[in-house]
Amino acid sequence: MMHYIVRRMLQIIPVLLIISFIVFTLVFIAGDPVALMLPEDAALEEIEQLRESLGLNEPFYIQYGNYVFRMIQGDFGESFRYGQDALSVVLERLPATFELAIAAIVIAIMIAIPFGIWSATKQNSSIDLIATGAAVVGKAMPNFWLGIMLILLFSVTLGVLPVSGRGSIAHLILPAITLGTGIAAEMTRLIRSSMLEILNQDYIRTAKSKGIKSVHVIYKHAFRNALIPFVTITALQTSTLIGGALITETVFAWPGIGQLLIQAVNTRDMAIVQACVMIIAAIVILMNLLADIIYRILDPRIKLN
Amino acid sequence: MGEQSKAIIDADSQVYMRKRNGTIKRWSKLLLRSKTGTVGLLIVFFITLVAVFAPILAPHDPNAINPGGLHVPPSWMEGGSAEHLLGTDNLGRDILSRIIYGSQVSLLVGIAAVLLSGIIGVCIGLIAGFYGGLLDNILMRFVDSFLAIPTILFSLVFLAVFGPSIITLIIVLGLTNWTSYARLVRGEVLSIKERDFVRAARSIGVKNNKIIIRHLLPNVISTFIVISTLSVASTIILESSLSFLGLGIQPPTVSWGTVLSDGRDYLATSWWLATFPGIAITITVLGIIFLGDWLRDVLDPRTK
Repeated sequence: MMHYIVRRMLQIIPVLLIISFIVFTLVFIAGDPVALMLPEDAALEEIEQLRESLGLNEPFYIQYGNYVFRMIQGDFGESFRYGQDALSVVLERLPATFELAIAAIVIAIMIAIPFGIWSATKQNSSIDLIATGAAVVGKAMPNFWLGIMLILLFSVTLGVLPVSGRGSIAHLILPAITLGTGIAAEMTRLIRSSMLEILNQDYIRTAKSKGIKSVHVIYKHAFRNALIPFVTITALQTSTLIGGALITETVFAWPGIGQLLIQAVNTRDMAIVQACVMIIAAIVILMNLLADIIYRILDPRIKLN
Repeated sequence: MGEQSKAIIDADSQVYMRKRNGTIKRWSKLLLRSKTGTVGLLIVFFITLVAVFAPILAPHDPNAINPGGLHVPPSWMEGGSAEHLLGTDNLGRDILSRIIYGSQVSLLVGIAAVLLSGIIGVCIGLIAGFYGGLLDNILMRFVDSFLAIPTILFSLVFLAVFGPSIITLIIVLGLTNWTSYARLVRGEVLSIKERDFVRAARSIGVKNNKIIIRHLLPNVISTFIVISTLSVASTIILESSLSFLGLGIQPPTVSWGTVLSDGRDYLATSWWLATFPGIAITITVLGIIFLGDWLRDVLDPRTK
């Protein structure tokens, strides 16, 4: 097991290097940050001095090397908007995003498990059709629009929940529903298909033929086994979840990493943009790795190699 | 040898292709059998007509400011007027006209970006699948890295660097979406290249480029069509999201995302501003998904 984990951890490195390379190349193409740092009437010597001190006169590959070297030490540069180290600004925002993400996953699970089991055990029933239909419409509906419609209904019309911001549980409800329903559709579909697969297995048929109550068969035999792919599915939703959080956080003025990134893109605060991208990429990749490892622990049929 | 065997190989390759893609007659029969497929096609057809004939269909100039009629509600509500069917916004602009013009941007960006990513993805998939080896390894590692992080993330970096405009948006969405094509096309190529007609073509010394263009490319077209259709749907959503965030389409060009973002500030007084563009996006995307799912059922050999 340890051997496998170490090997997988090592595989993360090239992926992160490729991502950092793409980001660095884009920023490099974008041109000289010096123009933004100095007043317009700065003397040529002054510009040249700053370029020299920032290492901007070095060739591309040396600059990239320096960039990676600084990045490993956690130095993404200084945010000109916040006047502090970009990494610490990003890390400060992480708890808010985690809070929202966990609440969203809880909501998605609360929707996906009952509907997934329901539509798998009663295939082509009206509940199955409604669940499948809702999933398709949910996929077609832009997430940010759903958020706005929820604000319109619960905050503006009914006045029961706050419009935006973070603080109480009430603040968390609408953004969590918005983000959660975004992944619930996919989760329901996957639970349904993994339940269907298991319900056709021999041991389920045996259990049924022995006269065990069908509720018992579904929960004790089928659902428990369907949980194995489910854990993986949940972890693999991290990418979709964070992608969705970028927009949901902006809609609800939720002070997480998503809102920070969108603001940084708007103000061209490149240090923050780069730090956000690398941190998000690292989180997503680690969660995918975690999904693989948990899957292998839970399912003894899969051998590690 | 020579000409004759080439002709046989071509014929064999075409038979294989026809077996997979079917004839127009079979298609139309299958379309009528699928309710969602028919609905999807009708929606897509309708939206396309709206986009093409927007200047004729729109009752007003989408950017015409009318200080005399701000926040006019939809016509069926109290205070509404028949002149503005879906009401007006904070500057008195006609919402219906803005939505009609917005369809142009959505379809243009959606289709252009998807074609760009399709061309990149299919080329990389063909090359990686056909040549294999180290090149394949490097390309697929690259694809994995792209797939590892949310699509919108790369789009944001691009936009931060190059600034928002319709051209950047098309390039950005095109460059961030090619990975799914590359992966699926590569998979297809791996199986097609073991077919007899490809082996035969190789054995009589047909050049690699020619094999790729004559025998592999036509056979991955169906995969290309299926992914493209479904990608247009996700690209339209992504475009509207970015425009909503102020990072996509810039005024005076009208996009559903920007109309929605204008309306976000007036939820308390004018609910219709943010509601109708969202409905337009949902219906359009729904139609494309229906059409795409149906195409997949018809074209994808794995689901047949």
